[in-house]
Amino acid sequence: MNQALTQTETTNIAATPSKRPWFGRRSLDEWSLGGVLIIGVLGLFICVVLPLYTLLSKSVQNSDGQFIGLANFAKFVTTPSLFNSVSNSLWIAFISTIIVTSLSFLTAYAISRTRIPLKNTFRTLLVLPILAPSLLPAISLVYLFGNQGILKELLLGESIYGPIGIVIGSCFWTFPHALMIMLTALANTDARLYESAEALGASPMRTFFTVTLPAAKYGIISVAFVIFTLVITDFGVPKVIGGQFNVLATDIYKQVIGQQNFEMGAAVSVILLLPALLTFATDRWLQRRQSALLTSKAVPWTPPVRPLIDKIFLALMCLVSAFIVSIIAMAVYASLVTFWPYNLSLSLKNYNFDLMDGGGWSAYWNSIQMASYTAIIGTVFIFFQSYLVAKLSGFAVLKWFFHLFAILPLAVPGLVLGLAYIFFFNAPNNPLNGIYGTMTILVICTISHFYTVCHLTATTALKQIDAEFEAVSASLKVPQILTFWRVSLPVCMPAVLDIASYLFVNAMTTVSALVFLYSYNTNLASVAVLNMDEAGDIAPAAAMAVMIMLTCMVARLVHWLLGSVLLKHTQHWRRR
Amino acid sequence: MTIKPLIKSLSAIAGIGMVSMAAHAATTELTVYSAVEAEDLKKYAARFNQDHPDIKINWVRDSTGIVTAKLLAEKANPQADVVWGLAATSLMLLKNENMLESYKPKNYDQLSPKFKDTSENPVWTGMDAWMAAICYNTVEAEKLGLPKPTSWQDLTNPVYQGHIVMPNPSSSGTGYLDVSSWLQLFGEDKGWEYMDALHNNIGSYTHSGSKPCKLAASGETVIGISFAFRAAKSKKEGAPLDIVFPTEGLGWDMEATAIIKGTDKLEAAKTLADWAASQKANEMYNEGYAVVAMPGIAQPVEYFPANAESLMIENDFAWSAANRDAILTQWQQRYDNKSEPK
Repeated sequence: MNQALTQTETTNIAATPSKRPWFGRRSLDEWSLGGVLIIGVLGLFICVVLPLYTLLSKSVQNSDGQFIGLANFAKFVTTPSLFNSVSNSLWIAFISTIIVTSLSFLTAYAISRTRIPLKNTFRTLLVLPILAPSLLPAISLVYLFGNQGILKELLLGESIYGPIGIVIGSCFWTFPHALMIMLTALANTDARLYESAEALGASPMRTFFTVTLPAAKYGIISVAFVIFTLVITDFGVPKVIGGQFNVLATDIYKQVIGQQNFEMGAAVSVILLLPALLTFATDRWLQRRQSALLTSKAVPWTPPVRPLIDKIFLALMCLVSAFIVSIIAMAVYASLVTFWPYNLSLSLKNYNFDLMDGGGWSAYWNSIQMASYTAIIGTVFIFFQSYLVAKLSGFAVLKWFFHLFAILPLAVPGLVLGLAYIFFFNAPNNPLNGIYGTMTILVICTISHFYTVCHLTATTALKQIDAEFEAVSASLKVPQILTFWRVSLPVCMPAVLDIASYLFVNAMTTVSALVFLYSYNTNLASVAVLNMDEAGDIAPAAAMAVMIMLTCMVARLVHWLLGSVLLKHTQHWRRR
Repeated sequence: MTIKPLIKSLSAIAGIGMVSMAAHAATTELTVYSAVEAEDLKKYAARFNQDHPDIKINWVRDSTGIVTAKLLAEKANPQADVVWGLAATSLMLLKNENMLESYKPKNYDQLSPKFKDTSENPVWTGMDAWMAAICYNTVEAEKLGLPKPTSWQDLTNPVYQGHIVMPNPSSSGTGYLDVSSWLQLFGEDKGWEYMDALHNNIGSYTHSGSKPCKLAASGETVIGISFAFRAAKSKKEGAPLDIVFPTEGLGWDMEATAIIKGTDKLEAAKTLADWAASQKANEMYNEGYAVVAMPGIAQPVEYFPANAESLMIENDFAWSAANRDAILTQWQQRYDNKSEPK
């Protein structure tokens, strides 16, 4: 059934975007949808921009709150150890981006454009990393490649505690994020293009470079920027496995957690925002160039049989999957072992969380509740807002701001977002301060934190639908909301489900922001994992991480079942 | 998928609401921030409730750095009523921000002066001391033929090159405690000379104070400079560790209690602060910590030396806090920069 979901595309042969004359007053229809868009912009403004402003404005203040201009930045540039982190961070992010972007493109290509067997299995295996808290790969990497590691020799004497560990760990956890955007980018294609290419006698190589790659370039560049930003802002992996290799994100940790120097931490955070602004600029530039791929005349495409290519891609898929599975398997083993590496007898005692504390099972149920709210509320809000941004005519300024606000969270380390939420939502004069310390703030923070990738996925999917659908329905006087309900939503159903499950699993596993925001009755499982590890209870920490992973697998199963039912109804058109 | 969890969570919320309302009728609830080991929290609350069943403790627990940052960030609108079990050096920061209520618990005069805020209007009260210690992995040491160190100076022996891990003082309070104690023990110049020599042997600096001992416990390194409580815990779990208490003296910090200024449950908070300084509480701290605030109470604790208290240096917390920025800047210039991998 996934075949149906992945194998299709089409292109606007008359590549010019339809120029609908648009003057006169807006209809009631557009005003009401515009109103919703305004609410969306305001929502993001309150949940992302204002909190960040509250914290980042400290970067130009001293500890007494006085304005001191750029003194903190000057100190940053003149402290060699801090400034070195910049080149370290760029280097790590650059290498990880190249690895993840190429691997995710190749694997997404294998899934959507070849005839390899077991596609569903591979799809499932490849997203496994996103289902587990980031501590899990860290524990595995140490057990695999650490000084007592069973595969230590593979590193040829290099230490896992340093840049190598950071790159492997970063690639591992960011890969599913990339795959999600990449699959969407490659999902829709128009068979007529391939037919024309064949008719014109283009070689397969030429077809790849003139048809496949251009159609996916928006996705590829999005992926590259997303991965770059994710890696450069993540402090979890470098903190656990980076040794003393300094990167910007751990500098923030040192300043804020180690020295309670919020002002300097804010200054480093501002520097970290630069890649996101670059992402935003690139995204805008690409948006103007991306023409709709899926026109109303599209014809679905089925990959031809190409034995050699299929074999090569099958081998690649096996390799990547094997790597991911071995990391997960090692963590499962770690959760069962009594005392690594000196007492390797196995037992299930580490799964008795109520004895361990750190939140116990109640934290686990809190996490599930929080993740469910995040998935439901987040998906509805994000997808509908993305739709308005992509398909509503007019409101250019509003949309521009919306895009900026939606890209921003990507560049903000969770640690910074969490603190920003304290400063903003806990302020005595904030009318919203009642939500501080409740489940609500956890949900809002999580949606905001993971907004960007969801927004990009929704936008990528929506961009591929020809604007002609809206034009036709407008001329037929069908309210746009009906076109949304009848065309856009069903066509994008795979992306909608992806977003929902992406939000759910990230809400289950995220730590960095929420560690500042949970309260006594909203303990979370992912925080418990961190605390158990911190307390030296590595095996129970791995056990709780495995529980979280299993839960996320169940969520994926639900996603899949729901998908197969819904897609049967909504994706008929993809078959010939 | 959308309906079920919704109903479940709605009913869960309703349930929580009813339970908390029922609890509210009978008791005062205190929000207590803490960095005490998670497994000890239940015990602390249960013992306290034996004497004061009418006060319910709602714990918010995290590591020292996180709790301190959270408290400071919440300054404009504090959420905590009491802090029970946070590093005294962190509480001194809060004191500077004028966030703590001045209060002398009932037993204040019976506590050892080392464990008290000696200012005119004391705001925090010490509970127990946690001190530096070296975790030495006997199995890996034997494989590599490394002798067991007994002093800080021993660690500069070139045989240990690459086999020592210590916390980075910029990220970890424990790391700073070590650096500050060496400067106090050896004097400023000798102290930096010592760290120069030590730096040559360091395999890596970690971001957490307990990590070096965990790394030693799992054989990832031979020697981890950490603290005694963690070392004893790992050893109890079966790690092949010897715990070394260097002969020159040990840096230390204490866990302490304080009331947050502006709490609307001041009476209950004072009751808790009194109890936290009581003999019963001190006996409870002694179950995990060898040195506690009330003199003459402490029984020997497994894996700690009997003379633990006499090994503790005369720690000048005020000096240590005042010079923190300068020391860390110096430290970063000397080692952080140099330690960049090729």
